Amino acid sequence: MGLDKLLVISAALFCCGLYAILTRRNAVAVLMGVELILNAANINFVAFSFYVSRVIGGQIFAVFVIVLAAAEAAVALAIFLRMYATTGTVEVDAADHLKG
Amino acid sequence: MIRYAYIIPLLPLLAFFVNIAVGKRLPRKGDWVSIAAIGAGLAMSIAIFFEVFRIHDPNFKYHVVYPWLDIGGRFVVKAGILVDNITAVMLVVVTGVSTLVHIFSVGYMHGDPRYSRFFAYLSIFSFSMLGLVLAESFFFIYIFWELVGLASYLLIGFWFEKKSAADACKKAFIVNRVGDFGFLIGFLILFASTGVLGYDEVFQGIREGKVAGTLLTLAGIGIFCGAIGKSAQFPLHVWLPDAMEGPTPVSALIHAATMVAAGVYLVGRVYPIFTPDAFLVIAYIGLLTLFISATIALTSRDIKKVLAYSTCSQLGFMIMGLGVGGFTAGLLHLTTHAAFKACLFLGSGSVIHAVHSQDIFEMGGLWKKMKITAATFIIATLAIAGVPGFSGFYSKDMILAAALEFGMRHPQHMIIFVVTLFTAGMTAFYMFRLVILTFFGKPRDHHKYDHAHESPPNMWVPLVVLATLSFAFWFKTPLAEKGWFEVMVPKPASAVVTAAAVPTHPAGDPKSVHDAAHRGVLPAGDPKGDHDAHLAHKAHTIAMYSSVGVAGLGILLAFGIYMLGWVDPDKVAAKYPRLHDFLVNKWYFDELYEATAVNGTKALSRALGWFDLHVVDGLVNLCAQMGVWASSLIGKFDNAVVDGAVNGVATVTIESGSFIRRFQTGKLHHYVFILAGGVLIIYLVKAF
Repeated sequence: MGLDKLLVISAALFCCGLYAILTRRNAVAVLMGVELILNAANINFVAFSFYVSRVIGGQIFAVFVIVLAAAEAAVALAIFLRMYATTGTVEVDAADHLKG
Repeated sequence: MIRYAYIIPLLPLLAFFVNIAVGKRLPRKGDWVSIAAIGAGLAMSIAIFFEVFRIHDPNFKYHVVYPWLDIGGRFVVKAGILVDNITAVMLVVVTGVSTLVHIFSVGYMHGDPRYSRFFAYLSIFSFSMLGLVLAESFFFIYIFWELVGLASYLLIGFWFEKKSAADACKKAFIVNRVGDFGFLIGFLILFASTGVLGYDEVFQGIREGKVAGTLLTLAGIGIFCGAIGKSAQFPLHVWLPDAMEGPTPVSALIHAATMVAAGVYLVGRVYPIFTPDAFLVIAYIGLLTLFISATIALTSRDIKKVLAYSTCSQLGFMIMGLGVGGFTAGLLHLTTHAAFKACLFLGSGSVIHAVHSQDIFEMGGLWKKMKITAATFIIATLAIAGVPGFSGFYSKDMILAAALEFGMRHPQHMIIFVVTLFTAGMTAFYMFRLVILTFFGKPRDHHKYDHAHESPPNMWVPLVVLATLSFAFWFKTPLAEKGWFEVMVPKPASAVVTAAAVPTHPAGDPKSVHDAAHRGVLPAGDPKGDHDAHLAHKAHTIAMYSSVGVAGLGILLAFGIYMLGWVDPDKVAAKYPRLHDFLVNKWYFDELYEATAVNGTKALSRALGWFDLHVVDGLVNLCAQMGVWASSLIGKFDNAVVDGAVNGVATVTIESGSFIRRFQTGKLHHYVFILAGGVLIIYLVKAF
């Protein structure tokens, strides 16, 4: 298993995430897409660390990203809860009050 | 005591401030403050006089200065006092007459609504006059010179409700300004040339030749212009007769005894600077004055006007005397004249107080009503007429001798002596005309005569004192060869450097210095001491006999015409109507000045006013108009360009903002799509 295959998997995962963000209207689903993109990045971190730099900097960074993603998910879900309580929906198209 | 001389002028200054501030609320309205101040001054002056007299040194000089005004360290104006023999005499004259006039005024000004202010003005005058006498530099004498002018202005216009008094004080002030301008120019020429202000320093500068020739003559004549104005010399004599609108004590103090003598004092004080040409101008100005004023006095009907013109004339005698080299004679006449002329003026005040009129043709026979006034008046008249035994004879005789000596030395100027002698006779004539019309004969206005009465003691005591001082023995004991004044006030050596050697004398030898007093002013050429002394003696003898002769003739004529009726003066006047009108109208000087100087000034000011209104104001208005145009132009530029630029920036911002805000949809998918699309485009650009 070489670096290129891992990069293909990561790219595929990134595209899945992007697709989910672009197509889904449900905020939770958009959040799931974001998680996919983060994990695609994690795979890249680990893969480049393993094959190119040979030190564990990439792995450590991946752990940070996971922690960050967890925090992000918590904050995002809290926002969605408040949004639902206020507007009665979690459709992302409905949240356009800050448009110019 | 001499060291404290500076206190003398300060006392009246203090009295001035007290009286002007709280005079009205003081007991007796503050007259005692002024009298005490001047009386103390008189006491100190007499003490100084006797101290100087005891030293008996013709060259005595107490001179003290200290730096007063430091101008940038380069030049220091010094203040100080100078007491020499002339100053000591002048101090006594000024404080003496001033004290007596103060006392006289208590009676004369009684009940005046501005009583305390009158005494305040008298005090400021005394301060200024004493400062003038004690000054030791051209700078300070000029300051006090202007101050006495101010005091004179205030006192002439004391009864400013009367239009004539208000006009007279303005006239006096303005005419004096003309002379003072010359004084200023004169002493600025000296200052510019020598760079110093003190008398002695300036004389030293002239001796060193820093200024000479025509410029020095001009400076001398310039300074003499000040004397022309203040001492009422031709052609600026016109203010003095009008100044008689002031209260009579003021006329006695300022316009007879002291201030008008300031010009004579000034000429005496700066005597060394005059060149022979300047002396000639001085002599002829004095001659014109003494003659013209005496002729006018012949026809005047107003008791004070007669005295005013006689003052002019006597000042002319002094100036002429100084001009022909009779330094001692001029200053002696100044001293004697101060006493008898003050007596005459105060006497006229007493008369006016009694009859409430100034017209001598409404008086007559007053001898019976006011014996003391009449007696003192006659004594002073004898003095001014030059009757032997009285002070006026002694001093006028010296002046005549100096004029004759000058004429003998320079025969082309003999006319000076002739006219002066003739005028001396006229003086006797018009003064006795005044006395006879006032005190003798039959009363011409019975109503006024009946109400006439002798004045109170505080008015006649000064008269008696002044009349006593009109005798000659105060100045020269009958047997003495020379009076003390002749010994104590010798003619100073000229500072002017001439081609011919100026005769020098060992200092401190009264005899030789006295001889110098009789020396002519024109370059003496070779030293000829014996010849000079002989000439002086001869001149003196001739002058004495001729002056007694003309005085007797004048008095005789006056008695003959006005007492015994040999000739009817009205018929004489009718016979020569032109001459009579000419004299009654005072040689038409006022009309001449009205036509030339006054109307000329008015026309000039109208022309300047027109110029100001049309040209200057036109220019100013044009500038304003151009300012308006320019600012409206700038306003347009501001509105169009500057505001346009500012608004343009705002519009562009608004327009671009409303364009860009369309991209801010708020839709998450749009943002993500643009993000992803952007990344794709960057990738494609980088890849290919």
